[in-house]
Amino acid sequence: MNSRLEVQRNILDFTLSSLLRRKAKNSILILVFTLVVFMLASIIFFTNAVKREAVAVLKNSPDMVVQRLSAGRHDLIPSEYIGTIKEMKGVVSVKGRHWGYYFEPAASANFTLVVPEDGGEDGKIVTGKGVSRTMRAGEGDILPLKSYKGEWVVLAIKGVLKSDSELVSSDLIEISEKDFRKLFGISQDSFTDIAVTVKNPKETLTIAKKIKESFPDTRPILRSEVLRTYDSLFNWRSGLLLLIAAGAVFAFIIFAFDRASGLSAEERREIGILKAIGWETSDVIAFKFWEGSVISLSSFMAGIILAYFHVFFAYAPLFEPVLKGWAVLYPEFRLVPFIDPFQIATLFFLTVLPYTAATIIPSWRSAVVDPDRIMRSQ
Amino acid sequence: MRRPDRFLLYLGANLAIMAAMFAHSFVSTQNPEQVFAKKIELVKRYGLTDLCIFTEARYTRHPSQADLNTPFQDYPLSFEHFPSGSIIAPPGHLRSGMTHE
Repeated sequence: MNSRLEVQRNILDFTLSSLLRRKAKNSILILVFTLVVFMLASIIFFTNAVKREAVAVLKNSPDMVVQRLSAGRHDLIPSEYIGTIKEMKGVVSVKGRHWGYYFEPAASANFTLVVPEDGGEDGKIVTGKGVSRTMRAGEGDILPLKSYKGEWVVLAIKGVLKSDSELVSSDLIEISEKDFRKLFGISQDSFTDIAVTVKNPKETLTIAKKIKESFPDTRPILRSEVLRTYDSLFNWRSGLLLLIAAGAVFAFIIFAFDRASGLSAEERREIGILKAIGWETSDVIAFKFWEGSVISLSSFMAGIILAYFHVFFAYAPLFEPVLKGWAVLYPEFRLVPFIDPFQIATLFFLTVLPYTAATIIPSWRSAVVDPDRIMRSQ
Repeated sequence: MRRPDRFLLYLGANLAIMAAMFAHSFVSTQNPEQVFAKKIELVKRYGLTDLCIFTEARYTRHPSQADLNTPFQDYPLSFEHFPSGSIIAPPGHLRSGMTHE
């Protein structure tokens, strides 16, 4: 048993010397392989963490949101809808909500304005960290917003939401109901949408159908749909995943194809010499197995570790320009490290195994040929 | 130390870091209610329905509340012009049609 281990150790020693002889080529190979794994793993870590966080956080969102549509677009909903929905069986509470968007021309940023359940404090606002960063304004400062009439509504910042909630609150401004109505000219009998709380979650769909029947111009959005949204936004067919993964997979296919399509003249000569000095075919295959494993395992582990630090400790800076798009306000969020061992195992089987196999197969073909013929064919 | 031993040591160190990663992930996600307490509080307080990732367009800021004509926001044949709209896939309920319609 020990002698077999010693043989493998010696073969590994020979493999490492062989790899070091072609230091430049193999370093580039390891670098590119590491980058491919790093990109794929970063995407997997990022999308999985966002999806898991979305479910954990948004399962506390309203049971159902009822929007009114007009000419195919989301429109204000009249308050009389609330009374009718409230009377439906199984409905616990119905609340009109005020929220909207405000484009800040000075910073070219979009903010989301929300009115809290308690109505908020007139003349005072609470801002998200992103708003505070973009406007360079903190607690105690004032933030003037232009109303629909072109008049300034001057609001005092009474607080800034903490940075650890940026993933949900970065662009938020908490504003009072009165200031919200003043800013956008919304009448007392209109709301942005309606939040419905249902007694039995199993009845949500039935109640949604009833609402749709009573008010055909509405669109109920269930919490289950909100939760499903984040699953489909970042599934494998989403642009982010598909683009980067496709690039990385093609790079890897070129890689593996280069290995599988045949050996270089130098590598064939090496195998011929090894066979001529008495190496068995199995030893040559073991040598090539170690060669494939050294490159793929080192790259795989380095890629995974770098991806983990990139996504969960460094705020995924490489994704920032992609995710930011044209937005000025970009949340600086730190994701909670949800990692799925199954996904890492899948990545392992899709990268390390094919590469190692692609290294062994052409070597095995060369190793079974007479060494004299291999060396003469140079 | 021989070269193979140095290499195996390097692999062992990498494995140890990966084990630490899993341990870190496990510990950090043990109690989601506590980990996300502040975010959950805000979701409840404001009735939030979406994560704040893309702030450039309303249908990417609140994809779950997006209009049914998204991404043809401006007219039926318009191209998607916000980068983030190309990065994410449309919400499932917009593609499959609403179940409760």
